[in-house]
Amino acid sequence: MADNITLTIDGHPVSADPSQTVLDAARSAGVAIPTLCHHKDLLPYGGCRLCLVELRQGKRSQLVASCGYYAKAGLEVHTRSPRVLRARKLVLEVLLALMPYSEEIRRLAHENEVTETRYQRTMHYCVLCGLCVRYCDEVKHTNCIGFVGRGVERNVAWVPPDRYDQTCRTCFECMSLCPTGVFPSNFGLAEV
Amino acid sequence: MERFSSPRDLDQARQSAAQSRQGRLTLSLCSGTGCLANRSRPVYEALIAELDKAGAADKVIVKRTGCHGFCERGPILVVYPQEICYLSVQPDDVAEIVAKTVLKGELVDRLLWKQAGKTFTRQSDIPFYSHQTRQVLAHNSLMDPADIDDYIGYDGYAALADVLANRTPQQVIDEIKRADLRGRGGGGFPAGVKWETTRNAADPVKYVIVNGDEGDPGAYMDRSVLEGAPHSVLEGLIIGAYAIGATAGFFYIRQEYPLALTNTLKAIEQAEARGLLGDNILGSPFSFHVKVHQGAGAFVSGESSALVSAIEGRVGEPRLKYIRQSVSGLFGKPTCLNNVETWANVPLIIRNGADWFRATGTEGSKGTKIFSLVGQVEHTGLVEVPMGTTLRQIIYDIGGGIKSGRKFKAVQTGGPSGGCIPEAHLDTPVDFDALTQLGSMMGSGGMIVMDESSCMVDVARYFVEFLKEESCGKCLPCREGIREMVTILNRITQGQGRPGDIAFLEDIAVLLSEAALCGLGTSAANPVISTLRYFRDEYEAHIHAKTCPAGVCKALIAYTIDAERCQGCGACAKQCPTKAITGEKKAAHRIDQKKCVKCGVCLDACPKKYRAVAKVSSVSVVPEAVQTA
Ligand SMILES: Cc1cc2nc3c(=O)[nH]c(=O)nc-3n(C[C@H](O)[C@H](O)[C@H](O)COP(=O)(O)O)c2cc1C
Ligand code: FES
Ligand code: FES
Repeated sequence: MADNITLTIDGHPVSADPSQTVLDAARSAGVAIPTLCHHKDLLPYGGCRLCLVELRQGKRSQLVASCGYYAKAGLEVHTRSPRVLRARKLVLEVLLALMPYSEEIRRLAHENEVTETRYQRTMHYCVLCGLCVRYCDEVKHTNCIGFVGRGVERNVAWVPPDRYDQTCRTCFECMSLCPTGVFPSNFGLAEV
Repeated sequence: MERFSSPRDLDQARQSAAQSRQGRLTLSLCSGTGCLANRSRPVYEALIAELDKAGAADKVIVKRTGCHGFCERGPILVVYPQEICYLSVQPDDVAEIVAKTVLKGELVDRLLWKQAGKTFTRQSDIPFYSHQTRQVLAHNSLMDPADIDDYIGYDGYAALADVLANRTPQQVIDEIKRADLRGRGGGGFPAGVKWETTRNAADPVKYVIVNGDEGDPGAYMDRSVLEGAPHSVLEGLIIGAYAIGATAGFFYIRQEYPLALTNTLKAIEQAEARGLLGDNILGSPFSFHVKVHQGAGAFVSGESSALVSAIEGRVGEPRLKYIRQSVSGLFGKPTCLNNVETWANVPLIIRNGADWFRATGTEGSKGTKIFSLVGQVEHTGLVEVPMGTTLRQIIYDIGGGIKSGRKFKAVQTGGPSGGCIPEAHLDTPVDFDALTQLGSMMGSGGMIVMDESSCMVDVARYFVEFLKEESCGKCLPCREGIREMVTILNRITQGQGRPGDIAFLEDIAVLLSEAALCGLGTSAANPVISTLRYFRDEYEAHIHAKTCPAGVCKALIAYTIDAERCQGCGACAKQCPTKAITGEKKAAHRIDQKKCVKCGVCLDACPKKYRAVAKVSSVSVVPEAVQTA
């Protein structure tokens, strides 16, 4: 293991291992950063953008996804700066339209003073965080499910469709990861 | 094909190629994608047959070249050394060209360019060309892209030979850095700096890549360079590989470019046969191999991390990566990715020196840039100009101004996620920084000119709609933000805009630029932001007054007939496809607004002397017209 380095998070020095992400470093120092598509056993993905933090270097400032940015010595991280909070609010406004039934999202929205959403409520049940797809790939190495379609057509599906019978029937481990809590009905699996 | 084993072999080949040109006419027939579509192949066949018949086949060299840029007037045939330029040449014209020009040195006047009462013989005198500085494209009208010896005869691969024999990798990098060559693929990142970082990265295995994805609709700069001058790109890539220390390289070319692909593959094959590519290039210790990867041709695949994923055999989707590719790129190895045009500039810089390159351009952007000039200008095509040329010069001097005498309204630069620039900024010198300051960007060089008949809200809607189709959907801001922008812009153009819509659009723009994962998302709001910046009144008119000032948005316009002017000739009624117009003969006609589909046929049908039909878009008229229906 490499030697620990020191970075500052919200003005406080924090010691971290360079193989840790900024998110890991912040969490082990007790600093909360909201996430949706992050999972400790999976590779960084960067899809939900809830975990954005601000990096400052002199006059330069940059927003990065803390779940995929690795800790570096001397990094100046801000998790609650005006720039971060503005972006976070805008992301939460989208999520409030996509998964209004989620307690966690409602709590986060409330915490960040997002009370309403102007977005059309599309009620997709799936927010495409990719946790199930990546778990199936990275942990189970089975790749039963994958993304199909592009852009707003993007969806999670069995590839090929008969993979369900072959493998999923006896697994279902990915279900517990679904942040929406409605994964089974989304997949029509409730009836199985 | 003879394999060269030293720079001397190459030089001998150059001399003999140059000699074989001596005293012979060269007929350069454009065989770019545009001219092929305009039937340049039958012209070629006719040319060969006719020369044979005249017994002149030995006296001339016939070349099928890449795009000459003036595709609109293709097929183009240029006769060297006089540089006589014939436009819109058809197979029927060939006999006369051979009889007059080839055999007697006379001109075929009717095929020459005429403008403002003048006739132009030489290609470079035609205003479309005379205001350009064709450095990268110079090869296109001169050389046969399928013949490596032709390129060699025009000093091709001399820069590579020079570099291998006389310069260290660091010296090459220093030359590129001194030239201040910036990436032509959009970002304008200094190429020399990227090369150096890749070279200095610890891993000994390194890659170089040519980005030939070119996903912008309507743009074809990179296609034309790959079709017409594949060896320039390849030579640049080999030089870069030597400087960087790469042993393998890739061309990423979109599937929709079959000719670019064919010509690139041929160039690679010939360079290998000549010993200019492969093991021990020109007898030196340096070895370098190249592969071609065909891309599925999505706009987002041109983004660097998506492109690298695709070459690795994964989904061509942007990745979360905060480590620069010059440190960890393709297969985790240090990788240098540059645009087609960036690579094509490299041999020119090495051959002519950094000072020569720096002599053209502005303080911050050196050299030339190729643009594809399209839209409502008189002359469209591919143009190459020094950085710092003003938008006005490009549109008026080269493009010949706005078509059919209408007024200029805006020019859109930078591809789908670029911005619209209004009249007030036409004198801006075009370079990376100036365009960014105006809220647009250089992008890869798309330039779409719009006249007063364009509705800027509708234009923004068009581009955002394109981006919606091209977003990969991985990250939430891009997928949902663009989707919502399209919804809002649709409702505004359909007359359903709401008071808070502009503020909402501005908030989504912040969401996109601040939170999206890749460059597609972070720049996706540019069409909206730039039109809001310069044409905000049009948005307000749509939302509040429910009018479309340009008269484009169908929901906000109506056609009416002025009862005073109408003579009841019935011309409009006869042509109306939905039979929405009724009236007695010789009496004023009326349009039933419920049946009207707003095609505008009646407006064109109404005799000029009556001018009774009008297109209207204003609060007072529309509801009334609808009411009387
Ligand atoms: C959505 C998107 C599409 C892109 N498409 C292209 C492209 O088609 N061709 C290209 O050269 N660069 C494209 N780029 C830029 C590349 O990511 C990269 O910056 C460039 O190829 C680097 O080469 P350069 O430094 O020579 O410009 C694109 C970027 C984004 C964000
Ligand atoms: S948790 Fe980092 S982008 Fe989703
Ligand atoms: S293809 Fe012939 S001029 Fe462009």
